Amino acid sequence: MMSNNQKNNSSQNRNKNNNQRETLKKVFKYIGKYKFYLYASLVLAVITVVLTLYVPKLTGEAVDYMIGKGKVDFKGVYKIITTILVSISITGVAQWLMNLCNNKMTYHVVRDIRNDAFKKIETLPFKYIDSHPYGEIESRVIADADQFADGLLMGFTQLFTGVITILGTLCFMLSVNPIITLVVVAITPLSFFVAGFISKRTFSMFKKQSEIRGVQTGIINEMIEGQKVVKAFNRKDIVIADFDEVNEELQKVSLRATFFSSLTNPSTRFINSLVYTSVGIAGAFAAISGRLTVGSLSSFLSYANQYTKPFNEISGVVTELQNAIACAARVFELIEEDSEIPDKADAVEPEKFEGHVELNDIDFSYVPEQRLIENFNLKVKPGQNVAIVGPTGCGKTTLINLLMRFYDVTAGHISIDGIKIKDMTRHSLRNGYGMVLQETWLKSGTIRENITMGNPDISEEEMIKIAKICHIDTFIKRLPDGYDSYVSENGEDFSQGQRQLLCIARVMMSKPSMLILDEATSSIDTRTELKIQEAFDKLMEGRTSFIVAHRLSTIRNADIILVMKDGHIIEKGNHKALMEAKGFYYNLYQSQFMGRSI
Amino acid sequence: MKSLLVYLKDYKKESILAPIFKMLEASFELIVPLVMAAVIDVGIKNEDGPYIVKMCLILILLGIVGLMSSVTAQYFAAKAATGFGTKVRHVLFKRIQEFTFSQTDRFGTDTLITRMTSDVNQVQNGVNMTLRLFLRSPFVVFGAMFMAFSVDFKAALIFVVTIPVLAIVVFGIMLITIPLYKKVQANLDKIMTGTRENLTGARVIRAFGKEKDEERTFLANNEALDTAQRFVGRISGLMNPLTYILINLGTVAIIYQGAVRINLGILTSGQVIALLNYMSQILVELIKLANLIIQITKAAACGDRIEDVLKEKPNMKDGNIENVSVDNSDVAVEFDNVSLRYEENAGCALENISFVAKKGQTIGIIGGTGSGKSSLVNLIPRFYDASEGQVKVYGNDVREYKARGLRDSIGIVLQKAELFKGTIADNLRWGKEDGTPEDMDKALEISQAKEYVSNKPGQTEYGIEQNGRNLSGGQKQRLTIARAIMKDPEILILDDSASALDFATDAKLRMAIRSMKDSLTTFIVSQRAASVQYADMILVLDEGKLVGKGTHDQLMKDNEIYQEIYYSQFPKEEANDEQ
Repeated sequence: MMSNNQKNNSSQNRNKNNNQRETLKKVFKYIGKYKFYLYASLVLAVITVVLTLYVPKLTGEAVDYMIGKGKVDFKGVYKIITTILVSISITGVAQWLMNLCNNKMTYHVVRDIRNDAFKKIETLPFKYIDSHPYGEIESRVIADADQFADGLLMGFTQLFTGVITILGTLCFMLSVNPIITLVVVAITPLSFFVAGFISKRTFSMFKKQSEIRGVQTGIINEMIEGQKVVKAFNRKDIVIADFDEVNEELQKVSLRATFFSSLTNPSTRFINSLVYTSVGIAGAFAAISGRLTVGSLSSFLSYANQYTKPFNEISGVVTELQNAIACAARVFELIEEDSEIPDKADAVEPEKFEGHVELNDIDFSYVPEQRLIENFNLKVKPGQNVAIVGPTGCGKTTLINLLMRFYDVTAGHISIDGIKIKDMTRHSLRNGYGMVLQETWLKSGTIRENITMGNPDISEEEMIKIAKICHIDTFIKRLPDGYDSYVSENGEDFSQGQRQLLCIARVMMSKPSMLILDEATSSIDTRTELKIQEAFDKLMEGRTSFIVAHRLSTIRNADIILVMKDGHIIEKGNHKALMEAKGFYYNLYQSQFMGRSI
Repeated sequence: MKSLLVYLKDYKKESILAPIFKMLEASFELIVPLVMAAVIDVGIKNEDGPYIVKMCLILILLGIVGLMSSVTAQYFAAKAATGFGTKVRHVLFKRIQEFTFSQTDRFGTDTLITRMTSDVNQVQNGVNMTLRLFLRSPFVVFGAMFMAFSVDFKAALIFVVTIPVLAIVVFGIMLITIPLYKKVQANLDKIMTGTRENLTGARVIRAFGKEKDEERTFLANNEALDTAQRFVGRISGLMNPLTYILINLGTVAIIYQGAVRINLGILTSGQVIALLNYMSQILVELIKLANLIIQITKAAACGDRIEDVLKEKPNMKDGNIENVSVDNSDVAVEFDNVSLRYEENAGCALENISFVAKKGQTIGIIGGTGSGKSSLVNLIPRFYDASEGQVKVYGNDVREYKARGLRDSIGIVLQKAELFKGTIADNLRWGKEDGTPEDMDKALEISQAKEYVSNKPGQTEYGIEQNGRNLSGGQKQRLTIARAIMKDPEILILDDSASALDFATDAKLRMAIRSMKDSLTTFIVSQRAASVQYADMILVLDEGKLVGKGTHDQLMKDNEIYQEIYYSQFPKEEANDEQ
C-alpha cells in the first residue's frame, strides 16, 4: 500500500517535471524570435557581475597603497581610481543595455503570447466557451500572462545573475584567501536554513489567514448586498456581532502571520552579521600573521556582505519561477485548445439566402452519454415563421446553436437552399441570419457602432428610421451625445429592456435573409413588447424566421409551431390546429390563464 | 487618511515602541563599521589578538541585541497594524450597515465591498511597513552621514553631496514612472475588456462575422500596451545603473580623500574602510525608502477611499414612536402627494402619488419596467425618505416611528431573492428569532414552499449556500416569502417576488396569503395582470406617475394603459372567449 503510494507520488513528480520541461520548451520557442536579446542579455549580465565584483577588490588594493602618514603611493591610487571609473562606467552602460534587452524580450514575448491567445479565443468552439467560466479564460490571457512575464523572464535573469554572482564572489574570495573563503562558505547556508524554516512555518499561517479572509469577505458580500433584507428584518446588531466574531479571529491569525513572516529579514541580517564577524576575526588574525593585507580584508568584508544576498534572493526566485511556469502552462493550455473545425477548402459563400431550411435526421448531444436531439426532421419554406416552444431543457436553444453552426450536428445534416451548411463558410452562413438572444450583449463603443455593427454603411436616415421603429430613438436622443454616446461594457447604463431594444435594432439594420429570435422579448414588459411586435412582424415579413419564446402570446401568429420535449418534436402545426388538438400545447397555453380564475 | 489614525489609539504604546526599537537596531548596525575600524587600526596594527577577539565578541553582541530589538519592533508593529485593521473593518462595517439605501446606492455595493476588503488590507500593510521602516531608513541614511562626520569632517562632505543627488535620482525616476505605470494599467484594462467582451459576446461577434475586426482591435491595443510598457521599462531601467554609478563615484571620492588624508596622517586605513562601509549602507536604505514611500502613497489613497465612506454620516433620523399600533386607524398606509428623487438633481422616480390603503385590503401595483413600482413600496418601510409629501402608516408619518418598530410590523419580500448562508431554518428565523418548528411549518405552507422543503435532505436543516446558489429561482422566492411571513407582519409587501413561479402556484400563494389574519394589509407588485386582477385596489404606474387607481373592472372600463397591459398578456379574443 505504502510503496504503491510512493510510486504514485514519484510518477506524479516525474509527470510534473516533464510538464515543466514541456512548458519551458514552448517558452523558448516564443523567445526564439528574440534570441539575440537573450544572448546579449546573458553576455551583458556576465560583464556587469564580474565588473561589479572587481570593484571591491580594487578598493582593497587602493587601501593597501595607503600605508600611513607620508607613505601613500599616489601613483598607485590614481591608477586604481581610473580603473574603477572605467569599470563602473562600463558596468552602468552594460546594466542599462541589459535592462533594455530584458524589457524588449519580456514584453514582446508576452505580447506575442497574448496575441496568440486572443486569436485562439476568436476560433474556440462554443463547446469550450460554454463550459469554461469567462473569468477563468480571461485570467489566463491577462493575469497569468502578466505573472509569467514578471516571474519567468525577470526570475530567469535574476537567477542567472545570482548564480554568476555567487560563483564570481567565490572566485574572487579564493583568489585573495582560500581559508577565509572556507569560513564564509561554511556559515552562509545557515541563512538559507533559517529563511526556509521561517517560510515553511508561516506558509500555514498565511493559508489560515486567507481562509478566514475568505469567510469574512463572504459575510461582507452577503450583508452588503442583502442590506435591505438586514434592515427589513432589523438584524443589524446580530449581523455586526457575527462579523466582529470573525473579525477578531482574523486579527489573531493575522498578527501571527504578519509577525512570524517579518522575522525573516532580522534573522538573515543576524546571520549576515555572524558571517561578517567571522570574516573580521579570521581576516584580522591572518593579517597579523602577514598572510593578508588590510586592503584585502576590506575587500573580503564587502564580499561577505554581498555573498549572502543572492542566496536569499535565489530561494525566492525559484518559487517564483515555478509559479511562472505554472502560469505559462495555463496560457499555453488555452492556446493549444482545438479550434473550430475549419471551413472546407472548397466551401461556397452564398451572398443571399431564399430561406429554404431543411433539417434531415439530426442527432445531437453536448455530452455523448446524454442524448439530446434525436432523429430530428424539419422542412421550412422560404418566408415561413417557425416558433419553437416547450419546457426548459427541451432543446429549443440547442436547435438555434445548430442552425447557426455554433455546434456541429453529430449525425444528419442541415441545409439551406439545398446547400449543406457544412459546405459553406461559417461566415456566410451566419451572415445569412439575424440573431437576437435573451442575453443582451453590447460592446464598448458608441451606440452608433453598436447598432450599425452588421451594416456599417447604413445611411443616417435609414438608421434613425429603424431606431424609431424599435422605440430607441427617443431615449437615445435624450442622451448627452445622442447616437455617439458611449456604451460602457455590457451597457450597464441602460435598462435590460433598452439593451434588448438596441440589440433588436442592430439586427434590423443588418437586413438579414433569415431571423433567429431566442427569447428576444422576455426581458421587456408586455406592453412595450406589444409595441415593438409590429416592428418584428415587419422584420419577419418574407423572411424565414425561427422564434423561441416562453410567452405563448407572442408566437400565436407563427406559420409552424413546434412543440418540443426532450429533444423531440411532439406536436407541430399552427396555433389554431394545436389548440383544437387539445394536447401538450393546449395545456401549456391554458396554464397561463389559470391564475385568472382564482 | 489622517482621521483613520484615530483607530491606532488603542495601540499607542506599540505604535511608539515599534519605530523606537527599529531605530535601536539601526544604531547598532551603524556602530559595526566603527568596531571593525578599531579591529584594523588597533588590533591588527598592534598585533593584539585578545583585543580582536574582544571586539568580535562585541560585534556578535551587537548582532544579538540588534536581532532582539528588531524582533520586538516587528511584534509591536504587527500588533498595532492588525489591531488597527480590525478596528477599521469593524467601524466600516457598522457604518455601512447604518447607511440609508440612497447612501449605499451612491457608493455601489461593489465599491463598498472593495473598501472593506482590499483597501483595508492595503492600509493595514501600509501601517505595518511605516511603523517598521519609515524611521529606520532615514535614520540609517542620515546616521551613516552623521557617523562619517564623527570619523572625519572633510571626508563626510562627500556624503553630504552624494545623498541628495542619490535621493533626486531615486525619487525622480519614481515620480516620472508612477503616472506612466498608470497609463500601462489603463492599456491593460483595455485589452482585458476586449478579452472579456469577446467571450461574453462570442455568439454575437461570430453571428455578425466580426472576428477579424475584433482581432485587429485587440492586436492594436496589445501593441499599445507593449509600447507603453517598454517606455516605462526604459526609464525605470535607468535606476540601477545610475545609482550604482553614483555610489561608486562616492567611493572613488572617499578613496581619493582617504589617500590624501592618510598621507597627511589625519586618517587611518581602518577609518577609510569604515567610511567605505557607510557609503554602501546608504544605497540599500534609500531604495527601501523609495519603495516604502510608493507603498505608503498607495495605502494613503486606499485610506482616503475608506475615509470617504466613514465621512458619510447616516442621514436618516429616527422618530419617537416605539411601535405601530394597528388599532390607531382604519387606514393602514396612506400616500399623500408623494414624490421621490434618488438624487437631488435627478429626475423624479415617483411623482405626486396619493392613495389610501385600508386595513386588511389587498393592493395590486402594476406597470412596466422602470415605472416606479419598487420605489413606491420601498417608501413604506422607510428604505428611502420621500422627497416631497408624506407616507403614513397607521395614522403616523413613517418618519415619526422608530425605524425598528416600523419595520417590525412590515414584512417585505424584495424583487431580488436574497438568502444567507446557513440552514433553511436559520434563514426563516430571521423573521422570528424564537420561531418554533410549527411557525416555520405554517410559513412554508403559506408560501407554497412546504413541498419542496420537505423533499430536501434534512428538510428545514438543509444547508443553503452563499446567495442561495443551490436553490432554483422559484425556490428562493418562496423561501423569502416564508421568511417575511414568519414575522407575522401587519403589512405584507411582495415586490414582484413571485415572478419565477408558474401561474398556478402564484395563484395558490395569493389565496393562502388571503387566508391569513383579517387585519393583514397586502401589497402585490407585479408585471402580471393575473397577479393583481383580484386586488381590492390596483395602482397603475407609468414612468413614476400614478395613472390609474381602482378595481380591475373599473380600470378595464376607463384606463387605457391598464387595458394595454392586460391585452398584451391576454389577447382580446382569448379574454372574450372566457367572458
